[in-house]
Amino acid sequence: MLKFTEDHEWLLIEDGIATVGITEHAQTALGDIVFVELPEVGASFIQGDEAAVVESVKAASEVYAPLAGEIIEVNDILVGEPGTVNSSPMDDGWFFKVQISDASEIDTMMDEADYAEFVAGLE
Amino acid sequence: MSDGTQLKTPYFDMHVAAGGKMVPFAGYAMPVQYPLGIMKEHIHTREKAGLFDVSHMGQAYIRSTDGSDPAVALEEVMPGALAVLKPGKMRYTLLLNETGGIEDDLMVTRTFEPEGTLYAVVNAGCKAKDYALLEERFAGRLVLELLEDRALLALQGPKAEAVLAGLAPEVKDMCFMEATMVTLEGVVCWVSRSGYTGEDGFEISVPAEEATALAERLLAHEDVEWIGLGARDSLRLEVGLCLSGHDFDGSISPVEAGVTFALGKKRRENGDFAGSERILGELAVGPEKLLVGVLPTGRAPAREGVEIADMDGVIIGKITSGGFGPTFGGPIALGYVPKAFVAEGTDIQLVIRGKLHPAKVASTPFVQQRYKRKILS
Repeated sequence: MLKFTEDHEWLLIEDGIATVGITEHAQTALGDIVFVELPEVGASFIQGDEAAVVESVKAASEVYAPLAGEIIEVNDILVGEPGTVNSSPMDDGWFFKVQISDASEIDTMMDEADYAEFVAGLE
Repeated sequence: MSDGTQLKTPYFDMHVAAGGKMVPFAGYAMPVQYPLGIMKEHIHTREKAGLFDVSHMGQAYIRSTDGSDPAVALEEVMPGALAVLKPGKMRYTLLLNETGGIEDDLMVTRTFEPEGTLYAVVNAGCKAKDYALLEERFAGRLVLELLEDRALLALQGPKAEAVLAGLAPEVKDMCFMEATMVTLEGVVCWVSRSGYTGEDGFEISVPAEEATALAERLLAHEDVEWIGLGARDSLRLEVGLCLSGHDFDGSISPVEAGVTFALGKKRRENGDFAGSERILGELAVGPEKLLVGVLPTGRAPAREGVEIADMDGVIIGKITSGGFGPTFGGPIALGYVPKAFVAEGTDIQLVIRGKLHPAKVASTPFVQQRYKRKILS
């Protein structure tokens, strides 16, 4: 199940685990990404906490935890190759995996069609 | 794109048509980047030729009211050797206040007008203040003629000479910090061999009504791309050039900001400029703090405002410019540290998002400047 947030994050949800990244729209808006700061494995967040930071040449931006849970894995590739977020935002450029603690938080998120409409409305 | 209160340069429509991302800057709607993106725009400028709209900067003629050399008066508040400037020569100088602080940095050029008229280019964000300071101090002595009907382009990069020589072959004979009138596409422009990217290149002052045609002609060359303010900032940071209002302000002296090259030798001996007591004192014994290059050890960029700490975690200074250097290939920054920490290689720490990150004091430039200087025979 693929879900999206208004903060331009995507979540691929499988077996109670969400893989989280930023969308194509987000990476385009940010521009060339030169640094990604990932959370610690084992860290717990509630929805809306700052979980990661992406920095482009120009500025730093926060990535918020889209739902509550514990970080079980982070994408270490991004430490050495932050540009992967630009080249493959929806696939190789994922940020972290969360063990979901409250599945009801998924209910308010957008599906792909809703998100496409949401992005179109911003332009 | 624009909320109507922002000023537009003559190139506004061209920027929008080129896909420029327009942002407010110093009261103007300016392109921060184009579809190429800051990284590629930066590299393009270092490898080929970048075209920058810098029409938001202030251009003015400065004349004296009694026919005397206006540079003699300006030297009261500018520490460079300006009175000795010959026609067609330009100098980077500073506008100082009475306490020796830097109100702005600027370029001053001697024109070919018989009365020794000067042509000055000042920073966009400071131009209103600069003009007010000069008009107040020199009321009745100097007259400023603001050239608001002129656009300003910068063509920067190793291919800049070949591109501009395609329109006017004589520009090949110009050296760094020289300026002259050049006819480009039938329009008389004021062209200087200068810029703020560390690359060879030109700045072209062109009448506003002819401005877009000239830019279109330059962009028709395959080596030329529009470059936005984002890459302009990373280009100047890599070559260690200060940004007015960020790396210095009215409280910082030229010695603290590390721009002592702007203090003329004779001018130091004479000590005849605003704030000279402080400035000469700092030259003699060293400043309490100094602007230095900072190289983060890791990959996290340290931006303006990031605090600098010693190895015990005590805050000792602040980053004034910082980001990622596309040509350098890593994070780079400028910041102020106390004199005990200015030596190259000194270990320091940076407080980024509440965490201490290791860094070292480094020499600048981070990337070598490549000006076409006059070869002294």
